[in-house]
Amino acid sequence: MVNDTALKLDVGRKFSEAAAVGGAVIDLAAAKAEEKAKFVCRGVRVHYGAKEALHGVDMDVPDAGVTALIGPSGCGKSTFLRVFNRMNDTIPGARVSGSVLMDGADIYAKGVDPVLLRARVGMVFQKPNPFPKSIYENVAYGPRIHGLAASRGELDAIVEGSLKKAALWEEVKDRLKEPGTGLSGGQQQRLVIARAIAVRPEVILMDEPASALDPIATARLEELIDELRKNYCIIIVTHSMAQAARVSQKTAFFHLGDLVEFGDTRAIFTNPKDQRTQDYITGRTG
Amino acid sequence: MTDARPLADRAALARIARRRRGEAAFRTASMAAVVAAVAMLGWLLVTLVGSGATAFYQHVITLDVALDPSKLDPTGARDPAELQKASFRPILQSAIYGRFPEATGRDERRELFALISVAGATDRLRRMVRDDPALVGTTVRITAPVSDVVDQLLKGRIDRKVDATLRPVSDRQIAWIDALRASGEIKARFNATFFTATDSRDPELAGIASAVVGSAMALAVALMLAAPIGIAAALYLEEFAPKNRITDIIEININNLAAVPSIVFGLLGLAVFLSFFGLPRSAPLVGGFVLALMTLPTIIIAARSALAAVPPSIAAAALSVGASPVQAVFHHKLPLAAPGILTGVIIGMARALGETAPLLMIGMVAFVTEIPSSLTEPASALPVQIFLWSDSPERAWAERASAAILVLLIVLGAMNAAAIFLRQRLEKRW
Amino acid sequence: MTTLGIFLSLIFESLRFFAQVPPLDFLTGLQWSPQTAMREDQAGQSGAFGAVPVFLGTLMITGVAMLVALPIGLMIAFYLAEYAPARMRAAVKPAVELLAGVPTVVYGYFALLTVGPAIRGFAEAMGFAVPTQSAVAAGAVMGIMIIPFISSLSDDVINAVPQSLRDGAYALGATKSETLLRVVFPAALPGIVGAFLLGVSRAIGETMIVVMAAGRAANLSANPFEAMTTVTVQIVAVLTGDQEFDSPKTLSAFTLGITLFVVTLILNVIALIVVRSYRDRYE
Ligand SMILES: Nc1ncnc2c1ncn2[C@@H]1O[C@H](COP(=O)(O)OP(=O)(O)OP(=O)(O)O)[C@@H](O)[C@H]1O
Ligand SMILES: [Mg+2]
Repeated sequence: MVNDTALKLDVGRKFSEAAAVGGAVIDLAAAKAEEKAKFVCRGVRVHYGAKEALHGVDMDVPDAGVTALIGPSGCGKSTFLRVFNRMNDTIPGARVSGSVLMDGADIYAKGVDPVLLRARVGMVFQKPNPFPKSIYENVAYGPRIHGLAASRGELDAIVEGSLKKAALWEEVKDRLKEPGTGLSGGQQQRLVIARAIAVRPEVILMDEPASALDPIATARLEELIDELRKNYCIIIVTHSMAQAARVSQKTAFFHLGDLVEFGDTRAIFTNPKDQRTQDYITGRTG
Repeated sequence: MTDARPLADRAALARIARRRRGEAAFRTASMAAVVAAVAMLGWLLVTLVGSGATAFYQHVITLDVALDPSKLDPTGARDPAELQKASFRPILQSAIYGRFPEATGRDERRELFALISVAGATDRLRRMVRDDPALVGTTVRITAPVSDVVDQLLKGRIDRKVDATLRPVSDRQIAWIDALRASGEIKARFNATFFTATDSRDPELAGIASAVVGSAMALAVALMLAAPIGIAAALYLEEFAPKNRITDIIEININNLAAVPSIVFGLLGLAVFLSFFGLPRSAPLVGGFVLALMTLPTIIIAARSALAAVPPSIAAAALSVGASPVQAVFHHKLPLAAPGILTGVIIGMARALGETAPLLMIGMVAFVTEIPSSLTEPASALPVQIFLWSDSPERAWAERASAAILVLLIVLGAMNAAAIFLRQRLEKRW
Repeated sequence: MTTLGIFLSLIFESLRFFAQVPPLDFLTGLQWSPQTAMREDQAGQSGAFGAVPVFLGTLMITGVAMLVALPIGLMIAFYLAEYAPARMRAAVKPAVELLAGVPTVVYGYFALLTVGPAIRGFAEAMGFAVPTQSAVAAGAVMGIMIIPFISSLSDDVINAVPQSLRDGAYALGATKSETLLRVVFPAALPGIVGAFLLGVSRAIGETMIVVMAAGRAANLSANPFEAMTTVTVQIVAVLTGDQEFDSPKTLSAFTLGITLFVVTLILNVIALIVVRSYRDRYE
């Protein structure tokens, strides 16, 4: 209960702050009317030991489409992304407070198993991290541990389907037994996406997925993201403003652990309301 | 928020419960492995303390012995040399028979006499007479160890309830022992013999002195050889050697040598030092050579990593003020690396101290009844002594072997503690 | 330098041995009894220097030791690397490593006086007759000694597995043990194999435990509860006490010595290469 009041107070502070810098930045009511929210975050704070990395974030992530998180290095984008699949739990000393509802259910509630949550919220990392196993085994790993396939045939079908959705099938279908680490960087990243898709998640989190890729591989990845957004809710962290503009429908700008501005990507890039956002996208900070 | 839906369906929840149980089982198993390993260490130590601690005290008997001149010195000349040759056995027998005059039968008397450590008591008497020949003709009071069987009985290692034919002490003997114990003629005291005596055929008279001295000598030789050579080699390899194929091969070699079975070093010592150079067998000198060979790789590896851990900026600073590379190394790097090198040397020496197999190869298994006074005299070593004692079936030997192990472990513990202490100080520096 | 010295002197002695005993007999003979072959008229008698029972005994005891050391050592490594809180780790790791600091003669004594009788007592309770000196007693105690070699090296190796692989598995919804067994362990496998090989080489070269607890009879048997002999035991048996340097008996010990040296050297080199290439992969 104490938490609750803290949360409300916090929300209040957030709004007054927003008002102080010129008008309501986040029009929650409008957002809700427009589309259903996949995640509803209120007063999310993350501590690493004694240090607070996120100072209370309120944000509604829409169910459909791509949401981009941008902001200068160290502002807490990755930290916020890890909130959605509780990956912060694996970091010693990390604590998350506030509330995060996914389809209306609190994912930090007691009794929620992060393992099950992560099956519904997949993640792709900055550096491709295929397991040192065959391509097939990489994709089959998730379905295996979650018991998604009853037979070998079903598993084969899941692997094939996932690789197809990740636009990798044509390139690897003849060498599924070869190690996943032998692929090129761009292929590895798509393999990792296939691996995540194979668990049939509803959400895919991506932390700077293109930062280790060359421009051609990046372009392919962006095409893939554009394709995937029809079926998945995607949240992507990126350092490239152009990329955010190209792939996302919503953009959130973070600065020093605060969510400064959140709205339609086009609006953010053409008509930022906050001075800090403006400075960042015009290249004066960051 | 009315359409809140659960995070997972029933089947998934059942599955996750099973997976969680697997997780818990695995975690428990991993902890059990740790517990098992630590328990084994505990079992080892408890066994050793349980069987060895009692060796640090010993039961002694106080006896009045009449130094009968007619038996010791029939000629009456009181010649010290002749007195030393005399047999003290008969007067010792009379003394104990006098204490229990009711024992008259041959077997009875034999059993009675068997209560005392004969060698221990006669030795004491002989020494007394040697120091003061005037004692002959008087009655002296001596304190001598009881025999090992009596000692074991009093320490509770021999079960009194067992059928008399199955235990090494008879009912009669037990009655005598209890009487002597009750009157205070037999009492327990600190077993100084264990530390001052050499090996012996009688457990109650055996001690670790010769073995300790042998070990110390061998270790000193090993230290004197291995430390300077090892440090010099490490300095050369780390600081001055060109980095090429040859030094690469040498490096692999050194790493391999550290893993060569110790017995192979013993064989090498046998073939080279004994067979080829004709050095004496069983000598601490050769033992030291072999142990030095064995610890050399350890020291080189430790010294190299200690040198490598010194920030290059320090040597660079020395060079920048005009020191030669050699000066930079000796004035600045070596002192900073010293604690690390010392740690390596101590650990190497600790390992050498516990080593047995190579010493067996070069014959340091002799039955040594004198404390060696030079590096070429036959000597034993502490671990070898343990090996020899544990080979003997009597309980008293096992007790002493355990006690010797305790001494060895305490010394090793101290050496390792010193090494850890040094390492911690080293770590604080940067 | 020294390796070469060892090699040359041992080669030299073994050549002299093989001048007297045909190599084929040595490698394939089924009977080992150097003592009887000492007598002039029996020297070189075929079969007396057949090293097969000795090799088999070594293999058996090493097998028992690894059976004890590998699972326990690995589980300890898993615990240390993935489960133990920092404080626990700081306490447990040195405690386990203490096991490696105990002199082998102490383990031998322990095997002879405590573990051997315990195994015999247990076997008798189950209705078997088992000697105090047996391959199992020696092997089990040797296994205890080798645990820290396996656990420390494996722990290092597991820690070297990049965190990104673990994150990848966690993000897919794997539990800790699933991540460990199916992602981290396969990734660390080459390094763990290296640790295993080093452990084997230790076990083969270990002398005191087997001398004290395994017995000296060269039994050709597949029953680990029997007394058995090893290469190292035979070297000690043959070379302790007075001996002439030229008798085939003495030379046989050197030949066993070089066999031991070569085998452990090969194991070490392979282990080193495996571990090194593994490290390079993740750097
Ligand atoms: N594991 C951790 N332990 C302690 N502090 C951390 C940890 N991870 C992140 N931080 C801190 O939290 C803050 C936010 O970090 P985060 O990684 O979320 O930033 P980011 O926006 O993703 O930066 P980048 O763009 O460089 O990836 C930083 O100040 C960082 O130092
Ligand atoms: Mg980041």
